[in-house]
Amino acid sequence: MISVTGREMSVSQWVLRSLRLDSVLLVLLSILLLLGLAVLFSATGESVVALERQVMRIGLGVAAMLLVAQVSMHALRAFSPWLFVAGVLLLLAVMWVGDVGKGAQRWLDLGFMRFQPSEIMKLAVPMMVAWYLSQRNGRPRFQDLVVTAALILAPVYLIMQQPDLGTSMLVGAAGFLVIFLAGLGWRWFVGLGVTAAAAIPILWSQMLDYQRQRVLTLFNPESDPLGAGYHIIQSKIAIGSGGLYGKGWLNGTQSQLEFLPERSTDFIFAVYAEEFGFIGVALLLLLYFAIVARGLWIAALAQDRYARLLGGSISLTFAVYMVVNIGMVTGLLPVVGVPLPLVSYGGTSLVTLMVAFGILMSIASQKRLVNR
Amino acid sequence: MAERDAYGEEQQDRERFAVRILLALVILAVILLALGWRLSGLQVGAHTHFTTLSENNRLRVEPIAPTRGVIRDRNGVLLAGNRASYQLEVTVEQAGNLDSLLARLRGYVELSEADVERFQRGVRQRRPFQPVLLKAGLDDETVARIAVSRHELPGVEIEARPLRFYPLGSEFSHAVGYVGRINRQDLQRVDGRAYAGTSHIGKSGVERYYEDLLHGQPGYRQVEVNAQGRVIRELSVTPPQPGTDLTLTLDVNLQQAAYRALDGRDGAIVAVDPNNGEVLALVSAPGFDPESFVHGISQADFAAVRDDHRRPLFNRALSGQYPPGSTIKPMVGLAALDEEVTTAEREMFARGYFQLPGHERRYRDWRREGHGRVDMSRAIAVSSDVYFYDLAHTMGIDRMVPILGAFGIGQRTGIDSTGERSGILPSRNWKRATHDQVWFPGETLITAIGQGYMLSTPLQMADFTAALAARGERYQPHLLRSMDNGVGEPEYRLPTLRDPVTVDAKHWDAIHGSLVEAVNARHGTAWGSVGSTRPEYTIAGKTGTSQVFSLGEDEEYDEDELARRLWDHALFVGYAPAEDPRIAVAVLVEHGGSGGRVAAPVAREVLDAYLLEGAGMTIDAPEDE
Repeated sequence: MISVTGREMSVSQWVLRSLRLDSVLLVLLSILLLLGLAVLFSATGESVVALERQVMRIGLGVAAMLLVAQVSMHALRAFSPWLFVAGVLLLLAVMWVGDVGKGAQRWLDLGFMRFQPSEIMKLAVPMMVAWYLSQRNGRPRFQDLVVTAALILAPVYLIMQQPDLGTSMLVGAAGFLVIFLAGLGWRWFVGLGVTAAAAIPILWSQMLDYQRQRVLTLFNPESDPLGAGYHIIQSKIAIGSGGLYGKGWLNGTQSQLEFLPERSTDFIFAVYAEEFGFIGVALLLLLYFAIVARGLWIAALAQDRYARLLGGSISLTFAVYMVVNIGMVTGLLPVVGVPLPLVSYGGTSLVTLMVAFGILMSIASQKRLVNR
Repeated sequence: MAERDAYGEEQQDRERFAVRILLALVILAVILLALGWRLSGLQVGAHTHFTTLSENNRLRVEPIAPTRGVIRDRNGVLLAGNRASYQLEVTVEQAGNLDSLLARLRGYVELSEADVERFQRGVRQRRPFQPVLLKAGLDDETVARIAVSRHELPGVEIEARPLRFYPLGSEFSHAVGYVGRINRQDLQRVDGRAYAGTSHIGKSGVERYYEDLLHGQPGYRQVEVNAQGRVIRELSVTPPQPGTDLTLTLDVNLQQAAYRALDGRDGAIVAVDPNNGEVLALVSAPGFDPESFVHGISQADFAAVRDDHRRPLFNRALSGQYPPGSTIKPMVGLAALDEEVTTAEREMFARGYFQLPGHERRYRDWRREGHGRVDMSRAIAVSSDVYFYDLAHTMGIDRMVPILGAFGIGQRTGIDSTGERSGILPSRNWKRATHDQVWFPGETLITAIGQGYMLSTPLQMADFTAALAARGERYQPHLLRSMDNGVGEPEYRLPTLRDPVTVDAKHWDAIHGSLVEAVNARHGTAWGSVGSTRPEYTIAGKTGTSQVFSLGEDEEYDEDELARRLWDHALFVGYAPAEDPRIAVAVLVEHGGSGGRVAAPVAREVLDAYLLEGAGMTIDAPEDE
């Protein structure tokens, strides 16, 4: 025990506090990251190389989280508009000089590394919307709705052009969740819902036959078992054959024998479900729920509106990620290319998420400072 | 006040936020429950269903082709065997773009036009996921180079497959037949499941007739495969049952001697053991290379063989139908004796032609000046046409047909091979049925000398000659001597007797005498070419000349002036030793001309090979083994 400012605390508590980290969130994230590594090891056919790479990415992500956690919410808030403007400019740059990868133009080559500006927008958009709404008082009014909608839809449109449906949707969700948390009146939600519902038939009538066919396949992949449907059919076989208890770690035949496509990235949940069964799946869902709940708790106790809105949006966007990915892998939602957060193999999304959790950590420590 | 407002505002905002968060949490919980519900539906509710699908993905039952039974001659000499051949195979379903794959493969192995063409044909005819042969007979270096680069060549496999080979090649091509790649038509006549792992099937001859015995029973192995279809491990194996090994009645030395005796001419030779029906030699020349069909022959090569005017693919011995000519005279004579139309001793003066009473038309003898006074024996020995015209006229077609039918003219012998044809035994009924015409008396005359409508196969000729030699005992001609399925002792095929030709013993003696006379008397038609050289044993036989086209009654036949393809076919049937016949033989030389001059010496060589050079003596009785 050591004594700081007259209060007793353990060494670990002292370390956490000095690093401005939330212990509960840190433990939950650690469990998820370790579990993710275990599943990834199996999904890549026990590839040590892939494991090492992912460990390095996690290291990078943790470093980024630690760094961001040290940034005060005040500074972050002031930085928000600049980040947003820079992100939009980078998106525009991608349209002109971006690299084409996997059939879509989303990468920007900086010489030493390539990165996706759309990843920045996952944070820049909610930060910008939270920044704007924190300038205003009370419930968002019509004028606020128009401004924030423009702030959200401009980057969403640019990302859709790449085309990257999954990311644009997540960016849109992150921004929209801020408006929701700011207390947008219910009549606006009803209005938005009605508008969207009305737009669908109009949009449908404007589409060409082949476009309609594509949309139909998106929602009914089984109609194309060798093409778009192959992923989802194999995924359901993997999940279903896992049963209650699973086939055991490293023993999933669908993944080990490579029947499951994209098994280390977008479809890694199916690998997990095959090897750990329904019990493992239920525990994973609980873990995700706990992380989201902890994030929202931190946001609820935040000291100002900006922190509150941003923290809430980050937590709920994380939930959207997970729900969309699992919904997609289980055949409930169309396959849009959203990774399973903190588990899927791949760098950018992991680092972005860890930065987001760094922001949550910062909010958590700021709250404590104020309380004291 | 302003501060209080701001504080109140903040408080309100905080509360509103809390409500929204709670709402979001509730919505999230509901969504997670829905996901959980969906997952429990997949993992618990439909678990069995998806487990089956997963197993179907992972497990594959692969057939293991049985080893085809080998075929040997009666001495144990291999006629058709199996040897390992490395071949390049492509599973189209896994290969992606075939053109680019072929282009890449050309870096490793030379692919001829024929290989590619055959491959593309194979691709069209294959069953799903069945590997298609691209190139057979790879050398070790090519095998190694491709094996190393396997990951760059999806769907490409190198298989060591047992492949049929025929060490004696074209000499036995018609007798043994050949195997070829299975096609759709083949699959209709066999149980497809039994052939799931088999690439080849008997296409002709013994290979086809005994397909069921030779093929064996396939085995199965259950394997685990990955998504690319590569086998990861083997889970269980049911071994195949190899096919039955066959030993044929053919004698390798005799067959080769017969093939040699034809000396490059087109024709057929069939030799039969009259005491049991064993076919000792079955030659049709020219033959073909049976192995070219095993590897899959290219369209161009096949067209070349098919359109060859010498017709190497045509099995003359079984499928060739020729007018038997004078070779049937002994049977007609036997019929006349049996029907008491004449006696062996009765003589007549044979002029150079015969006229039906009240008709102008002259039926000419092959010998312009006739044969003078002849009795039955001499008439057969000199092959007097006029004697038989007279006999036939007296006897009538209706009394002639039954005995010719009893000797098997116009019926398949039922030999255990493929492509046999029946020939034609013309009769009043036959003519009414096929031509819707009445029978004319003149047709009786030319039928008696084996011309006109009558057709017979070389096998039939050997068969009736054997029946003549055995005094009417008729054994079913057959090629299978014994079979060995690897369990217990080899099983021998017993000789099968058919309805005999029953004739008085003294009539047999008379006819046998005439056949000895035809070869060994100075006036016999085979004297000049065979009898005069004094063979070490007595040959009995009959020459024949089979007309390819008919001459008008006053026309002369001049070999030199006719295109060779219009020449008569030369025939000889005979048996030896005359006192105790051990071999009966029929020789046909297409467009050979005179039977006595051309076919008889060929028969002599065959008989010499069997009786003097000890061919066929190696294994006499099965009990000796």
